[in-house]
Amino acid sequence: MKHILAAAMVTLGGAAFAEPNPADWDAVLKEAQGEIVYWHAWGGATTTNDFIAWVGERVMNDYGVALEHVKLTDTADAVSRVVAENAAGTDAGGAVDMIWINGENFIALKDADLLFGPFAEQLPNWELVDAEGKPVTVDFTVPTDGYESPWAAAQVVFIYDSETLSEPPTSAEAIAEWAAANPGRFTFPQPPDFLGTTFLKQMLFELVEDTDRLQEDAGDDYAEVTAPLWAWLEETTPNMWRGGRAYPQSGPRQLQLINDGEIDLAVSLSPGEATAAIANQQLPESARTFVLDAGTIGNASFVAIPYNANAKAGAMVVANFLLSPEAQLRAQTPEILGYGTVLNMDALSAEDRAAFDNLELGVATLSPAELGTALPEPHASWMTRIEQDWRERYGVAN
Amino acid sequence: MGEGLKLDKLDIQHRNGRPLLAISAQVPAGETVSVMGPSGVGKSTVLAAITGTLPPAFRYSGEMSLNGRRLNDLPPQERRVGILFQDHLLFPHLSVGQNVGFGLLRRTPDRREKVAEALSEIGLEGFADRDPATLSGGQRARVALMRTLLAEPEALLLDEPFSRLDAELRGKMRELVFERARARQLPVLLVTHDLADAEAAGGEIIQLT
Amino acid sequence: MRTESRLSVVPALTILLLLGPIAAGLVGTVLPAFGLMKVGGGGSFSLEPWHMLFAEPGLFQAAWISVKTGLLSTLGALVGCLLLVAGWQGTRTFSALERLLSPLLSVPHAAAALGLAFLLAPSGWAARLNSPWLTGWERPPDLLIVGDPGGWALIAGLMAKELPFLMLMALAALPQINSRERMQVVLSLGYGRVRGWVLVVLPALYSQLRLPVYAVLAYSMSNVDVSTVLGPTAPPTLAVLILRWMTDADLALRGIGAAGALLQLAIVVGGIALWRLGEIAAAALARRAVESGQRSAGWRDQTGRVLGIVIAVLAGVSILAGLASQAVWSFAGRWRFPDVLPAQFGLRSWERHGESALDVTLVTLGLAALAAIIALFFVLGCLEAEHRRGRSMGRAGLLLLYLPLILPQIAFLPGLQILLLQLGAAQGFLPVLATHIVFVLPYMFLALSGPFHAWDTRYATVAAGLGTGPEGVLWRLRLPMLLAPILTVTAVGMAVSVGQYLPTLLAGGGRLTTLTTEALALSSGGDRRAIGVWTLALTAAAWVPFAAALVVPRLVYRKRQAMLHG
Repeated sequence: MKHILAAAMVTLGGAAFAEPNPADWDAVLKEAQGEIVYWHAWGGATTTNDFIAWVGERVMNDYGVALEHVKLTDTADAVSRVVAENAAGTDAGGAVDMIWINGENFIALKDADLLFGPFAEQLPNWELVDAEGKPVTVDFTVPTDGYESPWAAAQVVFIYDSETLSEPPTSAEAIAEWAAANPGRFTFPQPPDFLGTTFLKQMLFELVEDTDRLQEDAGDDYAEVTAPLWAWLEETTPNMWRGGRAYPQSGPRQLQLINDGEIDLAVSLSPGEATAAIANQQLPESARTFVLDAGTIGNASFVAIPYNANAKAGAMVVANFLLSPEAQLRAQTPEILGYGTVLNMDALSAEDRAAFDNLELGVATLSPAELGTALPEPHASWMTRIEQDWRERYGVAN
Repeated sequence: MGEGLKLDKLDIQHRNGRPLLAISAQVPAGETVSVMGPSGVGKSTVLAAITGTLPPAFRYSGEMSLNGRRLNDLPPQERRVGILFQDHLLFPHLSVGQNVGFGLLRRTPDRREKVAEALSEIGLEGFADRDPATLSGGQRARVALMRTLLAEPEALLLDEPFSRLDAELRGKMRELVFERARARQLPVLLVTHDLADAEAAGGEIIQLT
Repeated sequence: MRTESRLSVVPALTILLLLGPIAAGLVGTVLPAFGLMKVGGGGSFSLEPWHMLFAEPGLFQAAWISVKTGLLSTLGALVGCLLLVAGWQGTRTFSALERLLSPLLSVPHAAAALGLAFLLAPSGWAARLNSPWLTGWERPPDLLIVGDPGGWALIAGLMAKELPFLMLMALAALPQINSRERMQVVLSLGYGRVRGWVLVVLPALYSQLRLPVYAVLAYSMSNVDVSTVLGPTAPPTLAVLILRWMTDADLALRGIGAAGALLQLAIVVGGIALWRLGEIAAAALARRAVESGQRSAGWRDQTGRVLGIVIAVLAGVSILAGLASQAVWSFAGRWRFPDVLPAQFGLRSWERHGESALDVTLVTLGLAALAAIIALFFVLGCLEAEHRRGRSMGRAGLLLLYLPLILPQIAFLPGLQILLLQLGAAQGFLPVLATHIVFVLPYMFLALSGPFHAWDTRYATVAAGLGTGPEGVLWRLRLPMLLAPILTVTAVGMAVSVGQYLPTLLAGGGRLTTLTTEALALSSGGDRRAIGVWTLALTAAAWVPFAAALVVPRLVYRKRQAMLHG
C-alpha cells in the first residue's frame, strides 16, 4: 500500500518538480524526510538482505527515510523497468529509486542518459572515499562521472575446503589439471549469472597473452583473443561437476555445494564471504580463501539513481549513509557481510580508524597484502560477447 | 374471510408441454381438503405451485387465490401460505426459540414472551435455548407447527407431515394440527398417501391418478 | 426488485473479472509478437520476433522438455489416481489417504518442489539415510538427479503434486455417477476390482475428470515455479526461458518473449489435442476389452492395486518428508554430508529470517484474504443469481471457468506486464490482486457450487411461508447453514492465492513480495536454512486458513449438533 501513498504524494507534489541538489545537503535532508526509497537490489543472498534491512532501520531512525528492498533475481529487471518507463513517458515518479548496479547495466543506463546526477562526488561522505586506491571512479573501464556512488569494494577470490583440498590450484592451468585429476569437484555459477561471467573473465585474464588488449573494445580480433579461453573450457568442462551438464544458478548456491561435500572450490567476489558463511554455518570451519598467483579482477559495487526516481533525495541520503564509517565498518565485519570498504583510512577520524584496525577479519579472510592489487575489469564488450558465446556452446549443451 | 383457498383449473405441465396433473379445489376457512394419490403422481408439485416455488422444469396455468387475493403473480414470501413437510425442517443453526420466532417481524415487541408462550402452548416450556437436534421427533413436529402458526399465515399446506411419526404420535399430532388450524380458521390443504390422515382431516378428499 | 436486477449483473461482472485480464494479456502478447507494439514505442508488422525466437539456441530442446515433462507427469498422476481409486475406494486405507488430501493439496507448488529437491539430491536426505553404511558414499556421488537434462526430477515433482488434485476431483465426481452401485454389479459378475472399475466406472468418471486433467496438463507443460527448482537448466523449460526474456534488461527481448509465449500457448493446445487423441484410442481399447469379457481377477488385479497404492504413498510421503526436511533445515546448525540430522540444532535461522518472514506472511495472507473474499462475493452472487433464475450455468459457463486454469499463465501474463509497462500504469498491489482473483475465483466456484446446490431448498419454501423473502433466506438461512463449506472454500481460495508465483512477479513488477516469490528467489541462492524458514512460512500460510475453516464453525455452532455432523 505504501507505494500507492507514494504515488499520491507524487501527484500532489507534481507542481514542485525542482530536482534535489546534492550540493545543498540540508535541503536534501529536509526533502528526504518521509520519503520511501525503493532500492532494487539482488536478493539472492541472505547476508546482503540482512545488511540492507539494517540500513533501512538506520536511515529511518536518523533521517526519517523509509527504505524498501525490492529483491531482484537479476539486476537487469530494474534496468528494464527504467527503460520501459522512459519509453512510456513516465519521466517522474518512477518505480525505481535506487539500483545496486555495476558494469553493463550501469553502462546501458548511462549511455541512454537515464541516470540522475552527477551526485556521487557531492555526497558529504565522498571526502572519506579512497578515490585513488579503490576502483570507485571507473566501472568496467567506463568512467562513472558521479552517476553512481560506490559502497563496497569487491575482488575475485576462491573459496575452498582446506580439509578436502589441501593445496588449492592458483592458476587457470592448475585448475584444469586439478579438475582432470578430480572430476566432478569443480563448477561455477551458470552465466549469465554475474559471478559466472566474472569467472570466465578471470580465466580470460589468466589465458590471454596481452591483458592490456582487454581494456579496449572487443573488435575483429575477438575470436583470436578469446581462443585460449575456449580451449581451456573445452578441456575442463567435461571434468566439471555433473560433467558440465548442470550448473549452480547463483554464487551462494556454490557454498551449499561445498558444505554438502559435492564440490571443493567456489568463486566469489567478496573476500569476506567465506568467513561470514562459516559464522552462518553455511560452510565448514575448515573453509578458506585464496587468490590466483597472477592476481584477480577487482571492482566496486555501486548504487545509481534513475533519472525519473520518485525519491531522489531519499536515495541520496541512503547512498551517503552507505559511505558512512558506521555502515562501511558493518559491511566489512566478516560475520555480517565481509565486503571490502571503499573508504580511505587516512581520511577517517582516529576513532573510526581504530575501529577498522581492530576489526578481526576472520580465519577465512585474506589480509589486504595477501589479496594483492586488484586487476582492472575488462571492457564491458568482452563480457557481453563471451556470455553469448558461452551460452551457445555450453548453456544449451544437453 | 369466508373464501379460503381456491384452485381453479390448476393445470401443471412439464416445460416441454407434457401434462402432469390438473386439479380444482375449494378449501373453506377452518376446513381441510386432502389430496391423495400414489407416489410420483406429482402431489407435492401442487403445493409448490401454491407456495410459488414450482421448479423451473414445470409450468402451470389456471388461477390460485387465497381469501380473494390472486396468488399467481405474488412472490412466495407475500402469499402468506405456511407449509409443513414430513422432515419438519427445523433450521439447524438456530435455537428452538429462534426457530419458533423466525416468522415474527423484525421489530416485534415482546418477542421473547411470544416465543415462550408459543412453546408452552405445545408443552415445551423452557425449551427456547435448546438445540433443535436434541429434540425428539414429536417435539420437532410441534416446533415446526408452532413456527408456522406464529407467522400468522392465511392458509396451511401439509406435505405428508405425519408420515415420519410412529403410530401413537401420529394420532396426537394430527389432532393438534387440525385443532389449531380450525381455531385460527385456516384453510388447510393436505397432501398424503395415507388414507388415515385424510380421514382424520374430515374434509373433502381429492384423488389424483 | 432492485436487488434482483443488481444481482443479475453479477454473472456478467464475474465474466469480465475473469476474462478482462486474460484478454488484455493476450492482446499484450500478440501485438509485440508480431512487431505491432514495441516497449519503447512504435512498431509495425514484422516477423522479426519469430525469427529471433527460432534462432535462440536451445529453443527446440526447451520446447521438447516442456512437452515431455507435461505429458508424462500428467499421465503418471492420472494413472496413479485412477489405480488408487479403482483398487482401494471404500477401504480403510483409502479413507486414511483421503484425510491427507487437503493438507497435501494446499502445499504450494514451490514449497513442495523445494522440499523434494533436497530429498532427491545426491547430497539429499534419501542419500544420507543410506550413506555410508549401504552405499559406501563418504561424499555425495556426482549424479545429475535434480535438474537432470531428461526432466525426470521435474516429472516426479509434478506427479507428486498433481496427484492429490486429481484425487480430489475424482472424489467429488464419484458420488454423482453412482460408482458404488456400478461396482457392486460388476464385482458380482466376477471381474477383478481394477478391471471392473476401469470398464464400468471409469468412462463416466473420466468425462467428469476431463477438464481438471486438461488443467493439470496445461499447468505441467507451462509452469515456472516447479521447473525453476526441479527442472533442467541447460536449457531450461520453455516457460522458464520466456520468463527470462520477459525480465531481461534488453527490452528488445520482450518481442521474443511474446512470440515464445504464443509458442507456449500453441504447445499447450497441441498437447491437449494429442491427449484427446489418446483418450479416443484408450476408449477404443476399452471397448474391445469389454467385448473380450476377460475378468482379470487374479494377479493382474493385485498388480494394479499395488501400483496405485505405491504411487500414491510415494507422492504423499515425498511431499510430507520434503516439508519435514525443510523444518529440520530451519533449525539446523552445522549439518554436513552424510549426517542424517544436523550436528546441532538452534534458533539462529529463525532469529535471522523470522521477523521478515512474519512480515511477508502477513502481506501474503492479507492479499490472499482480500482476493478470496472478493472472489467469494462474486461466486456467491453468481450462484444465487443462478438459483433465483432457476438455471444452472451449463457447459459454456464451465468452460469459461476452466479457461484461466487451462490457459498457461506464461502465455498471457507477460502480455499483461508489457501492457502495464506500455501504459505506464502502476504495477503493484492492485494488478496483483486482480490477477490473483482470476485464478482464485474458478477454484472457489468449482468447490462451492456443490455444497451450494446441495442445500435443501425446502428450507427456503418453509421460510417463504413464514414471510421471508429471498434476501432473508440467503442471509438468515443459506449462508449461515453453509458456513463450514464457505469457510473451507475461502481457505481453498487463499491457498491458491498464496501459491501464485507468476501473477505476483509479473503484475507486481517485483514490488510486491510474497512468500512464494521470496522462497523461489532464495531457491537460486541455495541457503537451505533460509529456504527452510520461508518454505515453512509458506506452507503455514496455506494451512492456517484451512485450520481456521475447521475450527471456526465448531466454535460458532458448538451448541448445534446438526451443524457439526451434517
